[in-house]
Amino acid sequence: MSELLRFATAGSVDDGKSTLIGRLLFDSKSIFEDQMTSVADASERMGLDAPNLALLTDGLRAEREQGITIDVAYRYFATPKRKFIIADTPGHVQYTRNMVTGASTADLAIVLIDARKGVLEQSRRHAFIASLLRIPHLVIAVNKMDLVDYSEDRFNEIVEEFGSFAAKLDISDLTFIPLSALNGDNVVARSEHMTWFEGSSLLHHLETVHIASDRNLIDARFPVQCVLRPQTEEFHDYRGYAGRVASGVFRSGDEVMVLPSGFTTKIKRIDTFDGEVDGAFAPMSVTLLLEDEIDISRGDMICRPQNQPTSAQDIDAMVCWLADETVLSAGSKLSIKHTTRTARAIVKNLKYRLDINSLHRDESAETLQLNEMGRVSIRTTLPLFFDEYRRSRETGSFILIDEATNATVGAGMILGET
Amino acid sequence: MGCGETIAIFHLQCCGGVVAELAKACGTSLPFLPLFWNGCVVNYELSHLKTLESESIHIIREVAAEFERPVLLFSGGKDSIVMLRLAEKAFWPAKIPFPVMHVDTGHNFEEVYEYRDRRVAELGIKLVIASVQDSIDSGKQVEQKGPRASRNQLQTMTLLDGLEEHGFDAAFGGARRDEEKARSKERVYSFRDEFGQWDPKNQRPELWSLYNGRHLRGEHIRIFPLSNWTELDIWQYIAEDGIEVPNIYYAHEREVFERDGMLLAVTEFVTVMDGEKPETRTVRFRTVGDASCTGAVESDARTVQQVIDEVSATRVTERGATRADDRASEAAMEDRKRQGYF
Repeated sequence: MSELLRFATAGSVDDGKSTLIGRLLFDSKSIFEDQMTSVADASERMGLDAPNLALLTDGLRAEREQGITIDVAYRYFATPKRKFIIADTPGHVQYTRNMVTGASTADLAIVLIDARKGVLEQSRRHAFIASLLRIPHLVIAVNKMDLVDYSEDRFNEIVEEFGSFAAKLDISDLTFIPLSALNGDNVVARSEHMTWFEGSSLLHHLETVHIASDRNLIDARFPVQCVLRPQTEEFHDYRGYAGRVASGVFRSGDEVMVLPSGFTTKIKRIDTFDGEVDGAFAPMSVTLLLEDEIDISRGDMICRPQNQPTSAQDIDAMVCWLADETVLSAGSKLSIKHTTRTARAIVKNLKYRLDINSLHRDESAETLQLNEMGRVSIRTTLPLFFDEYRRSRETGSFILIDEATNATVGAGMILGET
Repeated sequence: MGCGETIAIFHLQCCGGVVAELAKACGTSLPFLPLFWNGCVVNYELSHLKTLESESIHIIREVAAEFERPVLLFSGGKDSIVMLRLAEKAFWPAKIPFPVMHVDTGHNFEEVYEYRDRRVAELGIKLVIASVQDSIDSGKQVEQKGPRASRNQLQTMTLLDGLEEHGFDAAFGGARRDEEKARSKERVYSFRDEFGQWDPKNQRPELWSLYNGRHLRGEHIRIFPLSNWTELDIWQYIAEDGIEVPNIYYAHEREVFERDGMLLAVTEFVTVMDGEKPETRTVRFRTVGDASCTGAVESDARTVQQVIDEVSATRVTERGATRADDRASEAAMEDRKRQGYF
């Protein structure tokens, strides 16, 4: 059985990110001949000496005209062990917005560092965003080792420098891999030039890193998406609650509580189209049938009576602002979407703005602009049923929507009740 | 069913160490009860296909819950067939709570019409047909002329008119991000303005599994539940789930001729030009669309497993191999999508 691993790549073209992705796709035979031909043709028209693998993903007119990457591009490849989804995030000014988007569902992030340049401000920023978004695994790919004579000392310098910075962050699994994307050293196979390196190649690491236990299997949370009532002869009294398990495990016979009503009942049965199942865990989409008839609708949360999420209207969160036309400030009124629940929210105050380069907290800041992050207190019109983001990405995250433009303007990671 | 066998939902493992491992992995000393299936311990792993399935079902349910009038765009191609099956799974045992719409160029393969009508009847749902022929007859569109004429371009207007006529505010499409580079940047919820246009430079950020479907009257959202599936995933799922697809997806004898490096079927909708020599070859279709611009590939793959083997080994993308519509220019797909294409 092959698993799915989602990873985000961070870095600019100069770090060799496109070359690295190209190498992974090429060596896993995921680049097709017609794609290579079209990249080669386009590169030639642009007067380049060699095919520019960035053109594989930079397909939009504006991107090719301006030579920049506009948005997160998704790429897919598979090996016999795993299927991979790459969220390739560009490294220019829009960086934070794009990386937050690409990183929000990633199991792993790869941050590229040029072995010649060492740890730059940008590398720190990428690692910080990865830790803030709680990506469970971080790989520091020290690239262009061929240009520093595959020097073990240089690699160790970078490991040490980055390690002292990473100690300030909340990163649970950090791996350093020296490589040369251009020559393929330590990308798919272990390099003959770096026999001093005892770790595995990047692809081997991607194939084997243990992700099954990254999920929260403790806190049973089931946000109700919709109620299924077939009202047919065969399923006359059927009333099922459709949703996807956000975290934890549900079994038939379990005692459960429904929020906001607080009623308790038992799970009668767990249905899927392919048959009844004995239990359901994240991220399975199932239908729960309950012993008692309770009034339940979309936006309600099914949990365990002994393990409930926090239910509150006053919430503190780290918010990343994603809009360029408006700013976040005290008094901003927005629509908020959290699990399957939608409410309105007002910003009570901005506690501080975080400088993502220095990690300095500016408590005098009054606004968050595009790509800025800060700690915000909000009040919502309805209680939200949440867990801390660090405990559960599914029940700890929300988006903010501008009610005038309908644009998604903010991404929030819940810290707790205010 | 024996222990240790991989079944549809759970990967089974008959060993006692799983519980301890789980408790350790979760950093807890809570007594962690194992899940059992036919007496075997389940290790809480989902296969990549089941993960993709669950993600798609979640998206489809979100749309049904939040939009007033969704519609599923159904072409009879393998992707829309899988999408329809996922919609069936999302609401079972209830019926799919929205209709399907077929944008019909009138130039489709017979097998596809037959399949469409049978499937819709099985599911007991409504079929809306938006007909390019009707658009031409009513004078709204003009048929292209010449031997290379295709109705593919005309679909966009018929599609947008169809959505407007019925007041659909969400339209499910079977597009996948691995198909084409413009699509690789498209959101799961893709916002379209009142002209049906896609603006790739101004897309809404899409985070976690929180989708923003808000729109004004007249605007709509295209929904792509198969965004993260690849061609190979689709075929593996067809095999695993035992889904029927029109038989033109499997190898068969057909009269074809070469044009622009593609094998086009000889049909009443295509004019064979001088120098093009029709001959009978063993082919199958990798994509199914308008007969005038969908090419066949030479293939001996007569079963699902043989198709999977072929797709695993192929060195050409499905659109590269078979779609004349993408060959018009480097950004042909982006240009069509901007205008409101699928």
